[in-house]
Amino acid sequence: MKILDPTDERVPVRRSLAARPEGIMGIVGLLDINKARGDVMLKHVQQRLNELLPNVEVKHYRKLTPARPASDELRQKMLQECDFVVEGLAD
Amino acid sequence: MTSLPAFSLCDLEGGQHSFPNGKTSLLCFVREECETCHLSLPVIEAVHRAYGGAVHVWAIGQEDNQKLRDRHQATVPILDDTALKISFSYQVQIVPTIVLADASGTEILRWEAFHRGDWKDVIARLSQLTGLPEPTINWDQLPALRPGCGSKSVEPGTFERLAAEAEGSPLRARQIEIAERDDPYEFMFDQGLTDGLPVIPPTPERVIRMLSGTRRDAQEVVGTCAPNYAPVTIEKIAINAVMAGCKPEYLPVVIAATEALCTHEFNAHALVSTYGPSPVIVVNGPIRNRIGMNMGINVLGHGNRANATIGRAIKLILRNLGGLRPGEIERAALGSPAKYGACYPEFEERSPWEPMHVERGFDRNDSVVTIFSLEGSPHQIADQTSRTARSLGGSLGLGMECGWHPKTHGVGDVLLVISPEHADTLSRDHWTKDDVRNRIQEVTSRPLRELLPTEDYGGLGAMPEQVALARVRTPEQLNRLIPKFKSPKNIHIIVAGGPAGKWSSVINGYGDSDVSVPVSRKIEEIMQ
Repeated sequence: MKILDPTDERVPVRRSLAARPEGIMGIVGLLDINKARGDVMLKHVQQRLNELLPNVEVKHYRKLTPARPASDELRQKMLQECDFVVEGLAD
Repeated sequence: MTSLPAFSLCDLEGGQHSFPNGKTSLLCFVREECETCHLSLPVIEAVHRAYGGAVHVWAIGQEDNQKLRDRHQATVPILDDTALKISFSYQVQIVPTIVLADASGTEILRWEAFHRGDWKDVIARLSQLTGLPEPTINWDQLPALRPGCGSKSVEPGTFERLAAEAEGSPLRARQIEIAERDDPYEFMFDQGLTDGLPVIPPTPERVIRMLSGTRRDAQEVVGTCAPNYAPVTIEKIAINAVMAGCKPEYLPVVIAATEALCTHEFNAHALVSTYGPSPVIVVNGPIRNRIGMNMGINVLGHGNRANATIGRAIKLILRNLGGLRPGEIERAALGSPAKYGACYPEFEERSPWEPMHVERGFDRNDSVVTIFSLEGSPHQIADQTSRTARSLGGSLGLGMECGWHPKTHGVGDVLLVISPEHADTLSRDHWTKDDVRNRIQEVTSRPLRELLPTEDYGGLGAMPEQVALARVRTPEQLNRLIPKFKSPKNIHIIVAGGPAGKWSSVINGYGDSDVSVPVSRKIEEIMQ
């Protein structure tokens, strides 16, 4: 029996991980996806970063809603401004 | 004048005959099972004997050609079209079909069944063309007309197979061969293509049959389906509709719902949420009756093929094209039975009000789907004691307040399914849908201070807008009344259900009205 493929037939793109630097330096972006208490969690992340890596600068970013992907504009902004990004994802 | 498809077929001895080949040809499509073909064969034989030197006279047999020849002791070449591809490409519907073609392969004339007059005309024409005498045929023993039989190439299943295999087939999807010893149902489970229930294997024949439900090009892209944003063609919709168990006449509903699903406003991406929302589809307009949807007893339950399979098709499209698979990108903590599919028609004939699609700007005679992103499972509100609209409206409001969390107010879209008996109670007091909406907002309005989380209860504050609201605690703000729903417009009302029973149902919403907006699309029907 032959059947027709119900999927999109696209071969999944295997993304390779970005090269791991030896240390954390430069600017770390914290992305709040706008879920309840995500800001609380990221505040703690910032505190720990400040304690452990006092030379690292932290910048904050926020999505308008957790339920839609980040806008191209926001993604580009983070790409240009940050060396690292931490995202407060989901619940 | 039609240029006929070229072909090359073998006769019973294996001799090859090609068309066109520079001679006038008389092509006679026949099948052994057809008595009218048997009636015609002696005439075909006589014509072959009379003109065979100058004109190609061929019987093109669809089955049991040896038997056909033996019965008539025929010398006319009987070409083997048991594969039926030439019959299909010549669009033969009835046998016998007689086609006269000139030397270049252009059709001069064609008829179906047995027509004495047509045979006499074509014989006269061949005599004139060749200068040869007409054969002797005892016309008095032949009827003026005898109906033919259906061509084997148009039998159910066969036609669709031939269409799928023919040059110019609308199908482009990758074909997957399932080994003979594999169970196709198990194979599809193993490939992760199902929702946990068995699906109908989408064979090319079944997909071709499904595509007969629309006039749209099979390769038309109707949108991209989140969360993977895969392009969705009519063909892919049809494949998933077959798997869900749809009939071809449901396909226009599935297509329109998919178009709505793929809009930015609906934001199917949000269906990945831990909250576990599902697409819920409401169908309005004449198509509900044409495809036999159930809008009465057990409307939100099981038992009707159209209701069940249209909703399921949308979920399979989300899974197979959008990539929405639980445990992968779909993160519902609990989910709901509506994750198998949820599609309900409005019982417009039993409603005292304008149907939902008319409220949303469509004509009453339009058939329309509206897709919502909702919690999915209906929550029933019982009220067997109210005798006035005011009282019943109050009950509906109280019943709806517990959606999301009783103290979470200002939430977004919700679908309220009012039963016929409840609709009667409301309409007896001449209440409109807006009266019902306003009453729900009235009875659920509470001061902000009552909605704030306490040590004993959680409450307002799950969504960004409410977090902001709950932070401002001035006395004025704390006394501000906040209704359950952000706006009365967020309360979507349909009438549906069985004739008896003082219950209505609410299907709670996603919560945040900005995340997903209900979207309506007109259904493009093929009118028979």
